[in-house]
Amino acid sequence: MSTAAPTTGRGSTAPGAPASGNGRAHRPHRRLPSRSSLSSYSWSSLLYVAPALAFFVVFVLYPIGVSVWYSFYAYDGLTQGTPAGWGNYTAVFTDSRLRAALLHSLVLLFFYAVLPVCTGLLLAGAMSRIRVYGLTVFRAVLFLPQILSSVVVAVAWRNLLAEDGPVNSVLRAVGLGRFTTSWLGDFGTALPSIGTIGAWVEYGLCMVLFLSGIVGIDRSTYEAARLDGAGPVREFFAITLPALRAQISIALILTITFALRNFDLIWNTTRGGPGTSTTVPSLYVYQDAFQNRLLGRASALAIVLTLVILVVVVAVQLALRERDVPRRRFTRQGTRGSQCRKAQS
Amino acid sequence: MRIARTESIVTHALLVLASVVAVFPLVSILASSLHGVGGSSGGLSFASYSTAWTQGRFGPALLSSALVSVTVVVVTVVLASLAGYALATMRVPGGRVILGLLLVGLVLPYEVTVLPLYELLTGWHLVDTYWALIMPQVALSVPLGVLWMRSFFASVPAELLEAARIDGTSRLQTLRLVVLPVAGPAITTLSTVLFLFTWNEFLLALILVPDNASVQTVPLALSFFSGAARSSDPAVTAAAAVLVALPVLLAYIFLQRRLISGLTEGAVK
Repeated sequence: MSTAAPTTGRGSTAPGAPASGNGRAHRPHRRLPSRSSLSSYSWSSLLYVAPALAFFVVFVLYPIGVSVWYSFYAYDGLTQGTPAGWGNYTAVFTDSRLRAALLHSLVLLFFYAVLPVCTGLLLAGAMSRIRVYGLTVFRAVLFLPQILSSVVVAVAWRNLLAEDGPVNSVLRAVGLGRFTTSWLGDFGTALPSIGTIGAWVEYGLCMVLFLSGIVGIDRSTYEAARLDGAGPVREFFAITLPALRAQISIALILTITFALRNFDLIWNTTRGGPGTSTTVPSLYVYQDAFQNRLLGRASALAIVLTLVILVVVVAVQLALRERDVPRRRFTRQGTRGSQCRKAQS
Repeated sequence: MRIARTESIVTHALLVLASVVAVFPLVSILASSLHGVGGSSGGLSFASYSTAWTQGRFGPALLSSALVSVTVVVVTVVLASLAGYALATMRVPGGRVILGLLLVGLVLPYEVTVLPLYELLTGWHLVDTYWALIMPQVALSVPLGVLWMRSFFASVPAELLEAARIDGTSRLQTLRLVVLPVAGPAITTLSTVLFLFTWNEFLLALILVPDNASVQTVPLALSFFSGAARSSDPAVTAAAAVLVALPVLLAYIFLQRRLISGLTEGAVK
């Protein structure tokens, strides 16, 4: 890579320089750019940005625009669509199926976001008080659920929760046999079971995030607090919790977006069943768009889902912003798979 | 002192418990995959693996996944390096708007893009081809990639760039000869993350390559296989899941340290 260089002397002017506003030939003066004048944009820099941006515009922004447009039509994908005004949006909030799906999302929000973050914080609080041995090993093991494909996770948990699976065997072994059930197939237990799977996927991520934050806390702060007679609880609320603000913010954003999207896991465990007891919005986005030919309504639902996620992310950011450092960016490992993105999935 | 000791033991016990819970589902499918077909044989048996391998056509699926993931990672890293470099070191017109859009792109649920994406690619006659998997996933990886590389390039000392400029090096050469050689760790972490996302992607594959088994990726193959085999032998399904998880697990064992530290630091940045 380093050897081929000296011959291609012209570097950045090379790639064809098409009509992207590169008309001003200011390349010769480039050597000492004036940092003072704000108007001295480097138009040729757009050539560097253009390829990445082109992909983003064509395959992300343009489809979103089309979705917005569809959401105002009654359209089956085959015949001419008819304008529907806000009809698709009112349907999202009045259709009892969709309302139920939104409600399920709220329940899952507790399991996917609240539970893992609280568990993670509790353990992190405990770990802040001692010297942890084998930290890297624990970290690697706890992070494991994040790297697995959600289909693998679904297969593994279907196996665990099956009628004759390990969970029921354990229950029988300890004399709780009357509680055994087909966990994912029973109307009463399917939704909490899926919630448990989600909590399992996310809690390790939260713990690993909080651990990384705790390592950064100055030990002497704890010693000072202890000298002042602070107990474990006081210590947790006065030192650990505030120091983890940035990590909590990220953890909430990742887990909440995962909870609200959440197509893969449900599709590969229950497909919304039994009945409609585990339906979620993203499931209807898929079914209405590709099976029921209700393209307008699927689009409206997808837009609502997007807006909800954006609002929640902004709210979390604002609520947990660090007061003394007002500009805090988050760079995320991508809610694009958002799995989390992925975990992201 | 005694109290501190007890506390340490209790906390470590909790950590061990949390770790056991984290690996248990995986261990459990590993165990049931080795039970043998029909659960008949008492000892270890790999029969379920050969059954899964031939029935589920995981060989071609693994190849598809590898091809798609590697292409997406390579293309994204190249595009992201170029764009991130420009956004970090040059005065890009509209740079703030671009950054804002990419930030929104990070948290976007791509459910909102799938239907128009399907229609777009149908119009281009690309549904059920590798292109339908590669191009949208490059686009979805771009926000993370560009922001990641931008924050790395912004951390490169300005003196280094200045020195290169004084030596008369062009900007593209500076990127290639001065900046990229020190970007190894950043690129490795980014590649690992993107690889994981692409390898595990399910919904896009379900929608964009529904009918062509020869380009289907492993998660999709596993989903179809386990759906079809729901009533059949659980050992075979378990074996299939292990087969799918294995490449990712192996990669994780080697790259976990860099991946986790990169992610936790990058996330908070």
